[in-house]
Amino acid sequence: MLEYIISKYNYWVYIFLMMLGLYGMIGKRNLVKKLIGMNIFQVAIILFYISIGSKVGGDIPILTAEDLHGMADPGKYLNPIPHVLMLTAIVVGIATTGVALAIIIMIYNRYKTLAEDEILEIRKKTGA
Amino acid sequence: MSYGYEQCIVLIVTVPLITSFLVVLLGWFKRWLCYPLVLAALGVSFLCSLGILDLVMERGTIHYWQGGWEPPWGIEYVVDHLNAFMLVMLTFIGLMVAIYSKKSIEREIPEKLVPYYSIFLLMVTGLIGITVTGDLFNAFVFLEIASLTAYALIAVGEDGAPMAAFNYVIMGTIGACFYYLGIGYVYIATGSLNMADLSQLLPALYHNKAVLVGFALFTVGIAVKMGLFPLHVWLPDAYTYAPSATSAVIAPLFTKVMAYLMVRIFFTLFKPHFSIDLIPITQILTWVAAGGIIAGSILAIAQTDLKRMLAYSSIANIGYIVLGIGLANRMGLTGGLLHILNHAFMKGTLFLVAGGIMYKMGMRDITQFRGLHKKMPFTMAAFTIAALSMIGIPPTGGFFSKFYLVLGAIDARQWAFIVVLLASSLLNAVYFFRVIENIYLEPPVTAYATDGGTHEEIKRDELPLSMLVPILIMAAGVVLLGIFNERIIAFIIRFAVPASF
Repeated sequence: MLEYIISKYNYWVYIFLMMLGLYGMIGKRNLVKKLIGMNIFQVAIILFYISIGSKVGGDIPILTAEDLHGMADPGKYLNPIPHVLMLTAIVVGIATTGVALAIIIMIYNRYKTLAEDEILEIRKKTGA
Repeated sequence: MSYGYEQCIVLIVTVPLITSFLVVLLGWFKRWLCYPLVLAALGVSFLCSLGILDLVMERGTIHYWQGGWEPPWGIEYVVDHLNAFMLVMLTFIGLMVAIYSKKSIEREIPEKLVPYYSIFLLMVTGLIGITVTGDLFNAFVFLEIASLTAYALIAVGEDGAPMAAFNYVIMGTIGACFYYLGIGYVYIATGSLNMADLSQLLPALYHNKAVLVGFALFTVGIAVKMGLFPLHVWLPDAYTYAPSATSAVIAPLFTKVMAYLMVRIFFTLFKPHFSIDLIPITQILTWVAAGGIIAGSILAIAQTDLKRMLAYSSIANIGYIVLGIGLANRMGLTGGLLHILNHAFMKGTLFLVAGGIMYKMGMRDITQFRGLHKKMPFTMAAFTIAALSMIGIPPTGGFFSKFYLVLGAIDARQWAFIVVLLASSLLNAVYFFRVIENIYLEPPVTAYATDGGTHEEIKRDELPLSMLVPILIMAAGVVLLGIFNERIIAFIIRFAVPASF
């Protein structure tokens, strides 16, 4: 059992990080902490994808001269597709963080605080 | 590959995409150029979508291979009957809201005009892209384009908007992340991302745990994105505080495209057999949807703010569409797909009118609407038509989609849902007639008379033409969709429903 758990350690790491991120988004009352939680959540999924693309003893998926003469053996190489997809996903993650940071600046300019409780109180008072 | 009509499939995405950057570049020098550029781009897209619809009705499904790469390797654009009518709907309503947006954007956020138009166009591009692509990951990328721009469009609204947008960012990211985690699990099992290829590969793997987890993640992710009750918490604030042009484009289109994606995944990616028999996901969804219909309608009754009321009514209407998907028989799904189209038109009209009232009067509390029918007769007539359609009164479109949903519930022998559908129609009548009564029947109050008129005489003061015309066209569309519903079903939707139903 223990061996089974250890042999899949990459997935445990990803699940742990994902839950950490989810907790950050839901449990934390500070907007920046929520945002960091969101980031951890995204990074966890990126790690998951990277780990499904890798294999023990695999090489980077670039054909060498000798491969071109014979048949290239797919078993020798890592799967490039998850890695390539994650390039896009990383960009998406950065863009989301950027948009969220811009919105946080707008919120700060408006309420002069980033604690959710205080913002809710101000909104209740002004009725907005 | 021939170079003819098929190129429309690419143009419909690339023209607005490239124009959205041109808008920023040219708008830097000449601000007035933005508006005609946006209209031109969406006009071209709309014409392309008509061309595609024509081609699909003639020849069946069209495939377009990006860069000539064959499907399992390259990205493929696929348009069948289901996408084709979604495309026409998206581009048409996008165009109408773009025409409408000129005055209202100049009034609400004059200093952010150039970026607003660019982002607006980018969002419509994203929605078109989700609809047109045949590749799961490509759909995710377009989904994120549409979401990121939607966050930005909402954030520039009035006082509460940044906070609403931030909550939407958090919820939307959770939804999108679940969706692409789902892609990962399906990819582990199959090694493919192409939807058509996956639908061939997956049946052998239906009992694989990874596929089941992937399916569950897809469902939850899309349900968050489409605001399905009880995952709707981001929706009311986002629609309420956004600028009026934004709510008029996001409310009818965004959640509908997510509903489309749900149909794709349930019935194209996975065979209907899987979603209906192997795991009872459709059954679960019908009950969730029924809860959403009732809860959304009741919450809508509790609102006095017009935009917030419309937002809660959107939650109820998402329930109708998902109920149609969940009934999973021919009539039910026909009703669901028809309701995607109808609801886009009527909710679009209602939000456009709500924006118009705010533009003219700067108010949105329902009790202040007294006597508006004298001031803005055409706008109020459009509102009434759309409201009647929401309630489901023939010959408007809303009646027919509800009619098919009821037929679907009868076919499925689910009597409870008939009660839910009829009860929610009554609840709809309660909150829409309250608005109509305020507009037409209540005598105007003095607070209102400060706007140029006295108690007795209110001068007619309609919206500017660029706002009025789209409202009237959309309202006419609501009626036309009702009158021609049989043709729409016979020529388009009939082919969009899976053959095994």
